[in-house]
Amino acid sequence: MLKLLKQIIMTGDKSEPLPDSDAIELLGEQLHAHIRKHFAGSLAIRAVDAGSCNGCELEIHATGNCYYDLERFGCHFVASPRHADMLLVTGPVTRNMATAVKMTFAAMPQPAFVVAVGDCASGCGVFEPDHYAIAGAVNDIIPVHASIRGCPPEPADIIRGILQVIARRAA
Amino acid sequence: MMRPTNTWFAEKLGDHGIYTQYMEDHHPAHMPCLEIRLLDWQQAAEIALRLEMRLVAVWATEGGCHDQPDSMFAYMGLAHPEHRHVLLRTQLGRERREIASISRHYIAACRMERHMQDMLGITVSDIPDGRRWIKHEHWPEDALPLRSEFAATTRMAQAEGSYPYVSSNSEAVCQIAVGPVHAGIIEPGHFRFLTVGEMILNMEERLGYVHKGIEKAMCGKTAAAGIRLAARISGDASVGHSWAFAHACEYAAGIRPPRRASYLRGILCERERMANHIGDIGAICNDAAFSFMHAQMQRLREDMARMHKQLFGHRLLMDTLIPGGVSIDLDQRGCRLLSEQTRMLAAEVEHLRTIYADHPSIQQRVIGSGIVSVNEARDIGLLGYVGRASGNYADERIEEAYPPYNELEVHVPQGRHGDVATRVWARFEEIADSARMIIRLLEQLPEGAVSNAWQAPEAGTSGFSAVESWRGEIACWLRFGDHGLIDRFFVRDPSVINWLGLELAVRDVPVPDFPLNNKSFNCSYSGNDL
Ligand code: SF4
Repeated sequence: MLKLLKQIIMTGDKSEPLPDSDAIELLGEQLHAHIRKHFAGSLAIRAVDAGSCNGCELEIHATGNCYYDLERFGCHFVASPRHADMLLVTGPVTRNMATAVKMTFAAMPQPAFVVAVGDCASGCGVFEPDHYAIAGAVNDIIPVHASIRGCPPEPADIIRGILQVIARRAA
Repeated sequence: MMRPTNTWFAEKLGDHGIYTQYMEDHHPAHMPCLEIRLLDWQQAAEIALRLEMRLVAVWATEGGCHDQPDSMFAYMGLAHPEHRHVLLRTQLGRERREIASISRHYIAACRMERHMQDMLGITVSDIPDGRRWIKHEHWPEDALPLRSEFAATTRMAQAEGSYPYVSSNSEAVCQIAVGPVHAGIIEPGHFRFLTVGEMILNMEERLGYVHKGIEKAMCGKTAAAGIRLAARISGDASVGHSWAFAHACEYAAGIRPPRRASYLRGILCERERMANHIGDIGAICNDAAFSFMHAQMQRLREDMARMHKQLFGHRLLMDTLIPGGVSIDLDQRGCRLLSEQTRMLAAEVEHLRTIYADHPSIQQRVIGSGIVSVNEARDIGLLGYVGRASGNYADERIEEAYPPYNELEVHVPQGRHGDVATRVWARFEEIADSARMIIRLLEQLPEGAVSNAWQAPEAGTSGFSAVESWRGEIACWLRFGDHGLIDRFFVRDPSVINWLGLELAVRDVPVPDFPLNNKSFNCSYSGNDL
């Protein structure tokens, strides 16, 4: 136990301002205000993999590590779409996932935000949109409010994207 | 060095009266492709099993330009720890696309045979489980995507149907359906649990949800475009898949990457191994509510990702390999940074390991949970750290010993208990070993070019490779067609086999310990579904 505590103290606080932080810090503040006003202080996010290669999942995960610590902006990931204000969708939507994606969206309380995370979700990326196994990009299946580019987008881009969509919609 | 043609298995089959024909247009010669008669198919598998070979894969494809038009062939990949890989192929009848199942000898063949039925309309006779697999119930029965008359751009009609899950009539048995959308930030798949109280009686996997048609999409691509797709077969094993793809291309074309490129590939692959093991150990602990370890491990993983971005331009090392070599290079400063960080990571992980070992709360959850016995593991042919935790030590870095591993000593952790604790132990061991190898490779990094010019082989030539990714062996086969374009492609991610291990592991495990077990395997959905 002592070792554990020592490790925690030695590691210290690793959370850092985001890269090119001026804009983001500003957005962060606005976001906090919006989240306080419109989401009772917390934004609940649900992530759905609609067919990704799992690279985007790794980067969404990384937004929660101690460097980025997405939770400090009032965002947290929830286990059910029924609890969520926002849906992060990754991957091209495969034919085999199209129904599940629609059902997930339908289960969300409205108004709900949908963010397409990654090149695949935004426009199928390296996968062809007119391919037998691919149903399309996310906005071919459900309405999308914002897209975050990158293969995969880096954690800071994902956070920036979330902040922007909230700021824009709440404005 | 050119390795001699591997004739071992051909001789063994010959002893049993099975005539084989060596395929000249297949490479490399030390992993030969032998053509056998259709009626010898099942017996060949039986002989292989008796020789203690493991099944690598079974797949099928239409013939190429060296074959008669409209011919169709089935392939079986087998491996022996000393005598390495061999492929068997056989031609299917033109009227009846039918072949005998080898699942009786190799149970892991079953899902791959289902895939052959789904995608090519081959009838696999005697198959113990003939249900559709990747081809979900809403696909029309006559959709056969891997046939050439099926255009990749086909919009399939919507069909009706249902999937018959394993069920129980007992009133004491509850059914829990989970997925395809899971609670965490993970890939989609369906798990059907039959439980008694909180104990799992049976868990059945239903996969295929992230099927993106990669086998079909690869057809018609150049090697350079193909490797970008290969890097995205399973994003967490991007280097592993790129390497397997590059190797298969290079074998087919008779091109060898420069020594420096092989060293760099080794460094990238071992870094990928470290990053995933570090991330997973944290996640396993998190699933047992030991979040301290999760926070620490995610921090280390992030440090790695940042270093990768800085030195190689991509946090997950995507697109660093190209056919013929690598697209990145390291200068002296880069070598120093990477070596220092690798040393630092290894030391930190060792320290965290002592904390992990000191905590009865986590130890109690992992010790004895989710056991796969040595015999079960051998029957399935479990790969990678999952196999190594259960007495199965196949490792292509040793058996295939492709560069740079022919110049290195790889230490394979040899576990036998087969529980979560042993799988975690194997991962800790591998982190340390990878760190040691990376440092070694960096110290001895040869001078020279990082790639050789890529030149596609003559149409009809095929190549096969087996590469040890962080998850285990990736087997890749491809054939080139006209204009240097890939004509047929097959890849077997280790998950295809290891998913079967998870079903066995969680029998008699309480439902709340399922996530812990699942994470200790961490099979890829994307790599399985293609
Ligand atoms: S955008 Fe890139 S990383 Fe994300 S799912 Fe697609 S291929 Fe994978």
